[in-house]
Amino acid sequence: MDKTTHVYQVYIKATPEAIWDAITRPEWTQKYGYRSIAEYDLRPGGRYRGLATPEFQQMGMPEVVVDGEVIEVDPPRRLVHTWRFLWDDNVKAEGPTTVTFDIKPGDNGVCSLTVTHELENAPTTTAQITGAIPNAGGGWAYVLSDLKTLLETGSSL
Amino acid sequence: MVTYSWSVTDDDQVFKALADPTRRFLLDLLFARDGRTLTELESELEMTRFGVMKHLKVLEEAGLVVARRSGREKLHFLNPVPIRRIHDRWIDKYTEDRVTALLELKNELEGNDG
Repeated sequence: MDKTTHVYQVYIKATPEAIWDAITRPEWTQKYGYRSIAEYDLRPGGRYRGLATPEFQQMGMPEVVVDGEVIEVDPPRRLVHTWRFLWDDNVKAEGPTTVTFDIKPGDNGVCSLTVTHELENAPTTTAQITGAIPNAGGGWAYVLSDLKTLLETGSSL
Repeated sequence: MVTYSWSVTDDDQVFKALADPTRRFLLDLLFARDGRTLTELESELEMTRFGVMKHLKVLEEAGLVVARRSGREKLHFLNPVPIRRIHDRWIDKYTEDRVTALLELKNELEGNDG
């Protein structure tokens, strides 16, 4: 059994509500990272889907790149949902992993955002989220760095 | 680029934390296997427990290590986001491809994997 947890943390000068919206609202998720269009049904048992942009679909990505089930919703502090990549049968077969977003307000209007990704027997999913796959972006570190830039400067990288 | 003073301080802390071979070694250990206890990390180093704790504290303050309680244990995780921030500051998407190609060439010629 190969069980791993990866933790990613970033400090962002923004309100907890702004960070929450940037994670959960499609008009925000299209502006940073992999530009996926988030579809959340924000209640326990609700569906999560991450849709590829038309550009990524033209490059061979399926329409739905990630799916999952919402486990815990406590806006604007905590969101937990499962996470399964769908771009091919191999990665899809690795099954669901779990992602937790924790937003904590700090001093001077700076919040910490912590993403905890728990994975079990999911080598390809792990490689993708840690940025280990060449030419496939930098995983969560890339996404969170870009999110910070977007919220603090109004434009992404 | 943001130029808040706290942001500059953050960068200083990251560079200072990285400017030490023991702390880089601790990050290497966590990169190889994440979520380790102080006892596990200590066993890899010829250093007192207190010395390792001090280095971990510097890494935590720079945001390069995030510590989590798990039952009675405190687990340490490598947080690569501050290093990614440094990367994103000077390397854009287009340069990244060229940098990656050069690194691959170097690794191939030197006989390293990855």
